Amino acid sequence: MTAEPELTAGRDLTAGRDLTAGRDLTAGRDLTGTPPLLQISNLTVRFGPVRAVDGVSLDVAAGPFGLGLVGESGSGKSTIGRAILRLVRTSGGSIKFAGEDIGSLRGAALKAYRRHAQIVFQDPDNSLDPRMLIGATIAEVLRAHHVVPRTAITERVAALLAEAGLDPAFAQRYPHQLSGGQRQRVAIARALGVQPRLLVLDEPTSALDVRTQAHILKLVARLRSEHKLSYLLITHNFGVVSELCEQTAVLYLGKIAEIGDTKVLLRAAAHPYTVALRSAVPEVDIAGRRSRIVLPGDPPDAANPPSGCVFHPRCPLAVDRCRTEVPVLRDAGPGHQVACHRAEDVLAGAEMPTRRRPPAIERPEAAASSELS
Amino acid sequence: MTGLARLAISDLEVSFGSRQVVSIADLRLDNAEILGLAGESGSGKSMTTLAVLGLAHTVGATVSGSITLDGQELTGLPQESLRDFRGRRIAAIFQSPSTAFNPVYRVGSIVTKALRLHGATKSEASDRAAEAMRQVLLSPDLMRRYPSQLSGGQLQRVAIALAVALRAEILLADEPTSALDVTVQAEVLDLLRDLRASIGMSILFISHDLAVVAELCDRVAVMREGLILEQGPASQVLSAPAHPYTAELLESVPKLASTT
Repeated sequence: MTAEPELTAGRDLTAGRDLTAGRDLTAGRDLTGTPPLLQISNLTVRFGPVRAVDGVSLDVAAGPFGLGLVGESGSGKSTIGRAILRLVRTSGGSIKFAGEDIGSLRGAALKAYRRHAQIVFQDPDNSLDPRMLIGATIAEVLRAHHVVPRTAITERVAALLAEAGLDPAFAQRYPHQLSGGQRQRVAIARALGVQPRLLVLDEPTSALDVRTQAHILKLVARLRSEHKLSYLLITHNFGVVSELCEQTAVLYLGKIAEIGDTKVLLRAAAHPYTVALRSAVPEVDIAGRRSRIVLPGDPPDAANPPSGCVFHPRCPLAVDRCRTEVPVLRDAGPGHQVACHRAEDVLAGAEMPTRRRPPAIERPEAAASSELS
Repeated sequence: MTGLARLAISDLEVSFGSRQVVSIADLRLDNAEILGLAGESGSGKSMTTLAVLGLAHTVGATVSGSITLDGQELTGLPQESLRDFRGRRIAAIFQSPSTAFNPVYRVGSIVTKALRLHGATKSEASDRAAEAMRQVLLSPDLMRRYPSQLSGGQLQRVAIALAVALRAEILLADEPTSALDVTVQAEVLDLLRDLRASIGMSILFISHDLAVVAELCDRVAVMREGLILEQGPASQVLSAPAHPYTAELLESVPKLASTT
């Protein structure tokens, strides 16, 4: 594939079109012919002997659009996010933004790309300079990218803070004077400062209390519609993507296990790993509580991946074929692809060993002591 | 009060100077019960843990009121006497197991050292350590590794194994699964349930996530700004919260939409 026709196509087609009309997504591909905003093809990232990302292809449609990347530690989800920002060196494949290969960008073109794509990390404690005032942290980005004239910077910083749901007076504070949720809002305000089209949200709420998480997710939902943002939301918790991402890719040991419409994955997943991940999400509804699928063991060593399907040592449905033959991603329904030899059986409701969540033990005297104090 | 309460807290106040951070009129943990203490950062839930462990003074806090274990008062006991309670009878696990272990010792020696400190002979210590590793479903082979060679979930199991090896009766679990993947979290929750069933461990489970509390706990106390806003059976508090703050915490749990 040559780069040239892609480039032209990307530029012509993204301009001035209603991207939401008639969109039918097939695993991120838009059948209207509109190229995706971000196109990852066969991406591989190696760290020494470890293939952190192993041949991943993903498309992110033009916004408003959310793609969830779900997986456990070591699945490669964060590495993909970093590769998109060119924060890690890739070993193979390509990443195209609006049709342009970001790997070949240099100088001014790379700087321009960094205006289009921004990242928000899990831990705002490490991503904000503790010695800089919040206002200076955000202003630095505005200055570096000449977003607004110098005289308008203070005003823009205030507007960005307000947009992220913070009092503009926070510009005069240091990171340690803010709560974790407030610091994450600052990181989001800073990312928005350059008016990006693509946002990589790498576990943005994992370090936060659940109530703060809910507030941050609400903020993402609002910004998404106001700015027509595209984003990748990286998380280990299906609950986080369920309301914010049209599509979700489930990753296991650097490979896509399953990708499709988030609703379809939650309702009728075709990969046993997806079913297990979903069943592990804690739920408040005690009466409707479902059994959890037991995955024996820990994720395998990425430096020494299992033969055949990398999931087979933990898979309750593994058969001989799974130990020898690597499953390729194949269609499991409209806009739904899965890499599993036993996908048909999973969809047909094959039984997997589960563990029932036992009911709580209630003691009469404990019930009697229930009180409002 | 019934005869069942193992750990009873009454009129507990923890302060930093003139600033009071915990004020609990009444909280009790029954035998083989799992009590959830739910609250956000700054609610005072972790300070409550430190107070129960007799460690609040190490962060500069002062404690008044009563904390009893099987009727014996713990507040005001000298540190030497507390040491027999702490670890042996009351064990604690925390959010980040990687910072809880000395990185230069092998896992096995961390566990056996703790057992030796509490009076076990050398051979007793190694037998009990191996047995505890089995109880938390870890291969005894892992005892030869260093903490950095274990995953977060495995380390949390080692921390729990330590409590099991010491035959702790009360486990204070302060956000033990918050840093773990959901799959690993589910396994640790299963393990805590199993330990309650098999050895009758009483567990005070501290979390900001009411979904996790719902998964595990028999009873829940909701804490904010040092005060317990409501407490009662989990089924009751979580299905019909009496306090609007509890309702807000429940509302914040991400919903898995469109499931069947």
